[in-house]
Amino acid sequence: MNIIVCIKQIQDPEIPASKFRLGADGKKVIPPEGIPPVINPYDEQAVELALRIKEKRGGQITILTIGEEGASRAVKHALAMGADEGILLQDLTFEGSDSLATAHILTRAIQKIEEFDLILCGRQAADWDEGLVGSILAENLELPLVTLAESADFIEDRWRVKRVILDGYQIFAAPSPAVLTVSHELGPPRLPSGWGIITASKKEIPVWDAKFIGTEPTQIGADASRKKLIKLFIPQRERKCDKIEGEKPEDATSRLVEKLRTAGVL
Amino acid sequence: MKGILICGEPKEKKITSVSKELITTGKGLSSVLDQSLDFLLIGEKCENAAIEAANLGVDRVLTVQGPGSSDLHPERLVAILAQVCKQNDPMVILLGQTDMGRDVAPRLAAKLGANVCMDCVDLVFDESSKELILTKPVYGGNAMAQWALKNHRQLVVTMRPRSEKPAEPDPSHKGRMESISIEFEETQIRTQLMETTCTEGKGIKLEEAKVIVAGGGGIGGSEGFGLIQELAVVLGAAVGITRVPSDENWMPKSLEIGQTGHMVSPNLYIAVGISGAPQHLSGCSHSKIIVAINKDPEASIFGMADFGIVGDYREVLPALIEKLKALKE
Ligand SMILES: Cc1cc2nc3c(=O)[nH]c(=O)nc-3n(C[C@H](O)[C@H](O)[C@H](O)COP(=O)(O)OP(=O)(O)OC[C@H]3O[C@@H](n4cnc5c(N)ncnc54)[C@H](O)[C@@H]3O)c2cc1C
Ligand SMILES: Nc1ncnc2c1ncn2[C@@H]1O[C@H](COP(=O)(O)O)[C@@H](O)[C@H]1O
Repeated sequence: MNIIVCIKQIQDPEIPASKFRLGADGKKVIPPEGIPPVINPYDEQAVELALRIKEKRGGQITILTIGEEGASRAVKHALAMGADEGILLQDLTFEGSDSLATAHILTRAIQKIEEFDLILCGRQAADWDEGLVGSILAENLELPLVTLAESADFIEDRWRVKRVILDGYQIFAAPSPAVLTVSHELGPPRLPSGWGIITASKKEIPVWDAKFIGTEPTQIGADASRKKLIKLFIPQRERKCDKIEGEKPEDATSRLVEKLRTAGVL
Repeated sequence: MKGILICGEPKEKKITSVSKELITTGKGLSSVLDQSLDFLLIGEKCENAAIEAANLGVDRVLTVQGPGSSDLHPERLVAILAQVCKQNDPMVILLGQTDMGRDVAPRLAAKLGANVCMDCVDLVFDESSKELILTKPVYGGNAMAQWALKNHRQLVVTMRPRSEKPAEPDPSHKGRMESISIEFEETQIRTQLMETTCTEGKGIKLEEAKVIVAGGGGIGGSEGFGLIQELAVVLGAAVGITRVPSDENWMPKSLEIGQTGHMVSPNLYIAVGISGAPQHLSGCSHSKIIVAINKDPEASIFGMADFGIVGDYREVLPALIEKLKALKE
């Protein structure tokens, strides 16, 4: 099974809210100092799913990312987990691409790869939280799509995919090749092994540019983006907390119950 | 392009609460833009749901007759929706950020070549700039982004549940009912839906609960959830969890609250052993009263709560349960 996994490097989504900063112009997120960017967690789980399938069915895993030079860090992480090849899609014209443009770039790169049985994306990139690229990619390539995969395997001649829904799950069957977007219900991804880190560090990561993959200049980059950012702001969630501290549980809870009754919620 | 189209969701002969919230958003837009408001229902036996929608102040309720309209397969929905959009050419297509909307909206936008924005909490028309303004949580709820559209293409938007009040019946404005027939090629359907299973327990649904007791990583294991459940029973509450108990398999994953799980807004939300990450708060910050029980006085959840008790839940919950039981008698 030849599997392509699309990954994105993002600012660590698990930094404490107190470390999250916006630029003074309200147009940029300022990366937290001393905390390196990471592979998008859902994409890391997509790599994990690819590895689980490879362990059973054999094959080759290729990692694709669009990003600047530093994004090869995320690719190295996926290689250290056990992926076989990584490709960095990089070009000045790619910068500022929105989801549709990102999907276009990935589409062209994948058309270069030709032979594959499965394309995996994360359910969403945990920076802009859109959840668009995987689905648009499938439409572009006219391939079957199952979103929010929790597990998948190739059985008989089809992909069997368990899809998460809010109150349960669905099972889909899809012919190969297919596109899946992976959700966190898949479970924690493996840690890179020492050996994995060594082999990954030795691997070359080829860079493919716009000319090589043949992107349409009018469809990519900041100029093609369909939305104009007006501003970013921090939502107000703070409440004035009436905090009961240092009292015996019986007293603290008695007071709490009184207060909740006064507030009319009990 | 003209008009606003809402993709409604029928459920047990009614329309979902999210569908009613979409009507509120749609009405706001249709009045400032002076555009008609259509409400679409796809599915078998939608008559009662259609009547309910018609009473909520929309101009037209469209129901679909046609191949596969009873089979709620995402590809069928997209194929049907794409046809309806071609016939009616709406300027804005509204869906909920639900199981259906999450899956259908991106594909539909790609098919229509439309603009798209997912998981918005606000969509308004700015009279001064004459632009549609979209607001959506980003970075796991750490920030909100506000966008204007650069072009005048069709727009597909999903709205996060609970971002608007559900529309109320409007006796002065009864929507017309129209049934439309759609044709599409079965060959467009590439995947096969083999099974749909709902695993959620018999208890109170999180979205409908007036009181929720939620347990997080601080509960430390599945046994600890015994106390959470006991408290929930005394309160007639639903039980929710954060990502940690879900990842650790202490509790069913389908109880997760937050950005990627349930969006809830009960009168009372009791957060036990929960640190207060934005991804979680995203899903419960609309609760009327939030109570935090946490042993760390510095936990950020206290900054987002109305009441707090600093202490070990193993001591606090038994005392609380006792107190509430005594009160009941
Ligand atoms: C992309 C992404 C999406 C995410 N989406 C979601 C989501 O939708 N929903 C969600 O919930 N999370 C989500 N998360 C995870 C989120 O970032 C936090 O990691 C998670 O919510 C933390 O859960 P917690 O507060 O229960 O656990 P922890 O952060 O581990 O906090 C445990 C708390 O319990 C307290 N505690 C410990 N022992 C006790 C005791 N005995 N008594 C009382 N208090 C105690 C501690 O002081 C601490 O504050 C997401 C993360 C990422 C990266
Ligand atoms: N720059 C990128 N490079 C490679 N893959 C990406 C990139 N951006 C998004 N993706 C893929 O698309 C998924 C969804 O992204 P999004 O639609 O931006 O939320 C991600 O989880 C990745 O799998």
